[in-house]
Amino acid sequence: MSTLRRAWLVALALLLASCGGGGPWQLKDIKGVVPDLAFNLSDDSGRRVSAADYRGRTVLLFFGYTNCPDVCPTTLIKLSAALKDLGPAAQGVQVLFVTVDPKRDTLEALHRYVRAFGPHVTGLRGSAAELRELAKRYRISYSYGEPDASGNYEVTHSSAVFVFDAEGNARLMILPGSGEKAIAHDLKLLVGTQQG
Amino acid sequence: MSGWLAFLLPWEFSPLAAALALGAAIAFVRGVRRAPPGQAVGVARRIGFFTGLALLYFVMQTHFDYLSQHMFYIHRLQHLVLHHVGPFLIALSQPQTVIARGLPARLHERVLTPVWRHPLVQGAYRLLQNWFVAPVLFVGLIYLWLTPEIHFYAMLSGPLYHVMNWSMLLDGLLFWFLMLDPRTREQGALLSLGPRIGVLLVAAVPQLLIGADIALATHDLFNVYGVCGRAWAIDPLEDQQLGGLITWIPAAMMHAVGTLVVLSYWMRSK
Repeated sequence: MSTLRRAWLVALALLLASCGGGGPWQLKDIKGVVPDLAFNLSDDSGRRVSAADYRGRTVLLFFGYTNCPDVCPTTLIKLSAALKDLGPAAQGVQVLFVTVDPKRDTLEALHRYVRAFGPHVTGLRGSAAELRELAKRYRISYSYGEPDASGNYEVTHSSAVFVFDAEGNARLMILPGSGEKAIAHDLKLLVGTQQG
Repeated sequence: MSGWLAFLLPWEFSPLAAALALGAAIAFVRGVRRAPPGQAVGVARRIGFFTGLALLYFVMQTHFDYLSQHMFYIHRLQHLVLHHVGPFLIALSQPQTVIARGLPARLHERVLTPVWRHPLVQGAYRLLQNWFVAPVLFVGLIYLWLTPEIHFYAMLSGPLYHVMNWSMLLDGLLFWFLMLDPRTREQGALLSLGPRIGVLLVAAVPQLLIGADIALATHDLFNVYGVCGRAWAIDPLEDQQLGGLITWIPAAMMHAVGTLVVLSYWMRSK
């Protein structure tokens, strides 16, 4: 029954969103559609962390892997650039990069990788079971390709960045086509409403 | 082997779906055993009913559902079963009297029969089950859930996803029970055989159109699969073309088969 009630709330949220002309957002509005931020993982310094550790900050949750040839680095570069546009407000933003390839991405490799993209990025890593649970919660998927002669393989994974507000509510989604300007615009608005 | 067994476990367990499937199967078996002389349930009806039920269960309550959430063409296969094949087979085997006979007498007499005969239920049923509303609803739901913007949210939101799938299943059952009623209008069917053939043929056309439109599109219409990640590496356009073809050809074939079934009723009634 609660599923049905939530479905009605989602439908209502969508209806309101479409009536209101989509609100002030340039990114995809996912308020009420996606569950709030919750996870149990290790950060790239080896500390066990959960969503509560990031309360009070706007969180950008992204799934990828360090050997990723295209989507991950371009997305992280785009996010870094948008955060630079934000100026001091960027202090209130935390990028969480969850590896979907924990087998190859050791904590060290992950740590080295995320450092390259700036101070706002933290790498997260979990066991296969923890990762599966997180993926199911956000209805995203990842799968591993066949390894080549030297053991390298590609990982097919979600390209979305989920944006959560300071209370951990899902608010926006950054798509591969979203521009740096739109990201900066919406983050400014979101961080501003949290602090003001 | 263990991989296959794991595949058959539910991806998202639904107590409602499991209870309905199990309840319908048990009631049907009991109903077959209790059939009075002269009303034995033939092998074809039994096979039709259980095949339809098993297909519906398979697409909803195994890891097939996981693949449906992360691959467009498998999602289209899932809806083909939920909206066309599963309900078609079940309606064709006319299980309602068999199931009613197999239900606990008190549940049947004190709950289901009064609810079914209630004027509000009968009124709503007649409002939906006629030559105009039934096909509009049938085609309308396909178009609604395939609207790219709505499709995006249906794949992103768990509750909305379940509403989408249940709406397809319920509407499929309504439509095919109306179309495949073996009785003529004089014998109590809601719709005469002639108009049914018309509805079946006309309702196939918009499905051909939307299927062809998707199959022949040259850009990615449903980006949610790329955004949330596909179940395995496949070219997005190839995924979309397969999905369009499944919406286009097997769906239209079900309408052709349905037309033949109704024609056979008509021949028999002559």
